[in-house]
This record gives sequence, structure tokens and C-alpha cells, in this order.
Amino acid sequence: MTEHPPAVVSASKLGLTFQTNDGPVQALSNVDLTIGKGEFVSFIGPSGCGKTTLLRVIADLEKATSGAISVNGMTPEQAREKRAYGYVFQAAALFPWRTIERNVALPLEIIGLSQAEQAERIKRTLELVNLAGFEKKYPWQLSGGMQQRASIARALAFDADLLLMDEPFGALDEIVRDHLNEQLLDLWDRTNKTICFVTHSIPEAVYLSTRIVVMSPRPGRVTDIIESTLPRKRPLDIRETPEFLAIAARVRDGLRAGHSYDD
Amino acid sequence: MTWLKPSWQSVLAVLLCLVAFALGAMSKPEVAALAEPTATVAYPYMGAKALIIGLLLIAALVSMVTLTPIVEATVLFVGAHAAAWLLIKGIAGFEGTALAPYFLLLAAAWLLAWRCVALLSSLRPSESVARNALRLIIPAIFGAWILIIWEAVTRGAGIPFILLPPPSAIGARIANSLPILGSDVRQTIFKAVLIGYIAGNLAGFAVAILADRVPFLRRGLLPIGNMVSALPIIGVAPIMVMWFGFDWPSKAAVVIIMTFFPMLVNTVAGLAASGHMERDLMRTYASGYWPTLLKLRLPAAMPFIFNALKINSTLALIGAIVAEFFGTPVVGMGFRISTEVGRMNIDMVWAEIAVAALAGSVFYGVVALIERAVTFWHPSVRGG
Ligand SMILES: Nc1ncnc2c1ncn2[C@@H]1O[C@H](COP(=O)(O)OP(=O)(O)O)[C@@H](O)[C@H]1O
Ligand SMILES: [Mg+2]
Repeated sequence: MTEHPPAVVSASKLGLTFQTNDGPVQALSNVDLTIGKGEFVSFIGPSGCGKTTLLRVIADLEKATSGAISVNGMTPEQAREKRAYGYVFQAAALFPWRTIERNVALPLEIIGLSQAEQAERIKRTLELVNLAGFEKKYPWQLSGGMQQRASIARALAFDADLLLMDEPFGALDEIVRDHLNEQLLDLWDRTNKTICFVTHSIPEAVYLSTRIVVMSPRPGRVTDIIESTLPRKRPLDIRETPEFLAIAARVRDGLRAGHSYDD
Repeated sequence: MTWLKPSWQSVLAVLLCLVAFALGAMSKPEVAALAEPTATVAYPYMGAKALIIGLLLIAALVSMVTLTPIVEATVLFVGAHAAAWLLIKGIAGFEGTALAPYFLLLAAAWLLAWRCVALLSSLRPSESVARNALRLIIPAIFGAWILIIWEAVTRGAGIPFILLPPPSAIGARIANSLPILGSDVRQTIFKAVLIGYIAGNLAGFAVAILADRVPFLRRGLLPIGNMVSALPIIGVAPIMVMWFGFDWPSKAAVVIIMTFFPMLVNTVAGLAASGHMERDLMRTYASGYWPTLLKLRLPAAMPFIFNALKINSTLALIGAIVAEFFGTPVVGMGFRISTEVGRMNIDMVWAEIAVAALAGSVFYGVVALIERAVTFWHPSVRGG
């Protein structure tokens, strides 16, 4: 254990059962997972397999009903109170009464940064997601893709060491997506943030991750964890190399195995 | 036949003019004069009858020719209003004697004005000045015709003054009673309504926040608030007069009771209106109760809060006026209405009603303007 970096997220025998009107729904069962500092972990699996729920448990937006989980060595609640993570939701969730720059400023106001610091971070993160020049626009004046980029800028401006992203690029076209994938990888490489990233796309998961967690539904569980052998620096055309394709094939096999379980 | 473009309004107006001409006498004195050609009986429209019919016919016929809409609308406007003015002016001194042709000609003039408004509202001018002018002119013509028909019918048919005075009499009463109306407005609107409205809305808002913060209050207060809102003001007003005296504070108290609950219910509903994802977002920032309230939940509640402010602007006016029926110093709009009805000064009652309607519209309009500025982001505002 000594050569491993300290665990940012550590879950053992984690389970979560929703009590619904149609009876209990087991969204997560027996999840064992350790995420070390600086890792980029992708969660992939068919919809309904509990990816969002797992991320929400880490974020203390949902409480596990069995097992144990710690974030930065604390309970998720303590970690949230300490503002240990930034969260990017599936939808942009921008406030329509705030301009783009005021939306990015929202978490900065709450943590009480100075005006100058706020302005600097807004400028930097909006440039990062290619939204410079749209500071004064309202969210409803922008396209869906631009709104989602603004919400990513908001999470980046928050500047926590752990970034939880729930299908952040799901609604974007492929060109923007490639660009943001590169930007995200670059950011991760420079800042040594820990990133948990939910996605539907196998190439995206393989391109970004140091580890890929394959999940399957009913009950939601982890079926396979694949370590990436790709180097830390990854140009976009790494996606054509045999090494990349081999990892993608392993992920696909893992997904298929999870599926056949159903039928 | 491209030069001829009749509208149904102008065709019908021509027909009405012809029927009116065929029927002959416009008024009972004119019938008497025709029966006794030797006697010199004074009767209305001795000379103006031909002029009225001529004006209407010319305007109707010209409007059938293909012209630019502006010229056509101008011709119709002048024809219809000149004829209406002559009709109303002529009947003065002979109230209650009008016969069918009088009403037929009034209807013809009204049809031409209708056609004029239809033409104007189909215009799509490119300059914004013209667009704004049109936005004012069209409702102005509309409102003018309500008054014209009211005036012409009450005078022509001789409707008793007690039942419905003509608008000109109400206007004259307003002009002659400005000091009294002014002091009534000061007493009722600027004291009872405004103070009660501000206090009632603030109280409703504060209790809504309190109920939101303290869950057991929410369960206890909302049903009680519900009961308070069901209290009939007719019953509450005399009690408030006993508690707070004859002057405006008792009226303000009635207004507070009336405006409190709509604000409470709407604010509580509004505070629940923000989305789950937005609230989760605030949770991820470990945002406390007050920052979340100020930055997310109150802005999201603004459409609901302004809804209550608009409802309350009307309720406050009604409450204050009705409450004055139950004892007041000798000033106030409700006091004036109840005493002048007793003295059969119906024109003064109507004058107060007109002032109340104007004040209510201005009040509502101001609240609606502020609403547009505050909730500019809401789909219902930014879409329009
Ligand atoms: N709040 C909730 N109440 C009840 N059931 C839920 C709730 N959230 C998620 N679920 C259920 O839990 C399962 C996993 O959901 P989710 O984590 O959203 O899956 P994914 O993100 O992988 O598509 C699904 O069957 C879903 O219906
Ligand atoms: Mg999901």
C-alpha cells in the first residue's frame, strides 16, 4: 500500500436501496472501489446501472444504505462541508437571472472570494471552455452546448481537488467534445486533480481515464475495473493506436458481459 | 373592379344610413313639427340631419375605394367622429326624445369607427415612433367609443340620471370637485391602501420565510392563514373600526388582513419552485440556508411573489373602500360613495368610481412594470 497515493474516495460493500412506491429499488450493491489522488476514473455502463447514484453518494447528495464510504478520509458529509469537490451535473443548471459571468461567480461568492480573485477566475475558466466574449449573455441566449460549457467553467472556477462529472459532454457535438476532452486532460495533467467522470462513450472513457470502472444494472454493481496502459500525455490521434483499441475492446467485452447477465 | 374594395362594416353603415333616412324623423319634437307644419316647433337636427347622413355616407363610400390604409383610416376616423359629435351635440336639450333613426345613425358611425380600428391594427409600420403611436391610438379609439355610446344612449333614450348619468356629467362633476376628490384619494389611497398594502405584503412575506425556516410553523400557520383569508371583510371591518378607531389605521388593518394571505401562500409556493438540480448544486457548495435563499430560492420565487403583489393591489383598494362604509371621518372614497348615494348625488358616486378605477389601474400598472424589470429572465416575460 505504501507506493499507492492516499485514497481520495474509498468505498467498501457500498449499497443503496431507494424506497419507492413500487417497492425498493436497489441502485447500488456491493461496490468496492478505491480512487487514489490524481487518478482519472471513468464510470461506464448502460443507463440505470447506478453511475449517477454512485457519484451522488460520493458528493453526499444521496446517503448509502449499507457499507462504508469515505472521501478524503472523512465522511462524504464532512467532505462536502469542507468543499472538497466540484460537481458538474448532466444538465447545465445555470440560473436564468444571472449572466454567464455571474453564474460562474456563484460558487466564488458563496465561498467569499474577493472581487479581484473572482474576476481573475471567471476570465481564466471562461477562456478555458472557449466562452470568452459571452460574459454578459444570459444562459437562455446561448445554445445548449455553450450552457454546458459555462457549467463546466463554473465547476472549474470552484477549483476543488476532486471533480465529479456526470456525463458532462453528453449533449455536445463531437467537435466541441474532442476539444473539451483535450482541455480536460490538459487541466488534469497540470493540476493533478482527481476526476470521476461518468460517460456513455467508450472512446471518451478510454481516451481520458487512468482507470475505467464498468458497471451493470439490476442491481447496480461494478463488474470490471480496467487499468489503462496509455501514457499520461495523450494526443487526440492516440485513439487510432492498437493499444487504445485493445483497451476499448476490453471495455466493450466488460459491458457485454454485464448485459448478458440480464437476459 | 380593383378600385372598389368594400368592407362589410362600410356596406352595413350605408344601409343603416339609408334606412334612417327612409324612416324620417329623428326625434319626437320633429314628428310634432312635421304633423303641424304651420306651428314653429323647435326640434333637434333641423339642419344637421342631412349633414350627419352625408358625412357618414361619404366616409363609408370613400372607404370602399382602394386607397392607402392611412388615407382610408383618416377618412373613416373623421367621418365617424364628426357624425357622432353632431349626434350627441344635437340631442342636448331634447334628452329622451330620440327615435330609431338616431340610434341607426349612431350604429353606422360606430361601424365606421370599427372599420377604422381594424385598418389601424392591420398596419405594420417600420418606425418605432409610429408603432408606439398606434399602440396608444387603437385603445384610445376603443375607450372613446365606450364613452360615445354611453353618452349618446343615456341622452338619446333619456335614461334617468339616478340610474346612469352620462359620462359628460361625470366628467363635469370630477372637474368641479377636484379638491374633494383629492382629499379622498389622500385619505383612502395614500394612507389606508398604501400603508396597509406595504405592511400586509411584508407581513405575509416574513411569515412565509419563518414558516419555511421552522417546519412546525409551516404546519400550524398555513391552515390558520387559510382561515384568516376566509374571514369576510364585511364582518371584520366594523371590528377593526372598534379596535383602531375611525381614522385610516382601521382601514389599513382591513387591507393588511386581506393582503396577508395571498402573499403568504404565493411566497411559500414560490420558495418551493426552484429545481432539484439547482438546490443540489447549492448543496455541493456547502451553501447555508441564507445564501441559498438569497441567491437561488428568492429569485426563483419572484414570479410568484409578483403574482401576489398584483392580486393584492386590487384587493387593497376594494378592502379600503368597503371598510370606510363602516365608520370613518368625513373624508375618504368609501365614505363619499356611501353618503352621496344616500343624497342621490349619483354623479359624485360615479366620479369616485372613475377615480378609483384610474388609481387601481395606475397601481396595477406600476407593479406590473416592476415585475417585468425583475423577472425579465422568466420565459413568460422574455418570450413577449
Ligand atoms: N431518487 C430516486 N428514487 C428512486 N429511484 C431512483 C432514484 N434515483 C435513481 N433511482 C433508480 O436507481 C437506478 C440507478 O439510477 P442512476 O444512478 O440514475 O443510473 P445511471 O446514472 O447509471 O443511468 C435506476 O433504476 C433509477 O431508476
Ligand atoms: Mg445518470
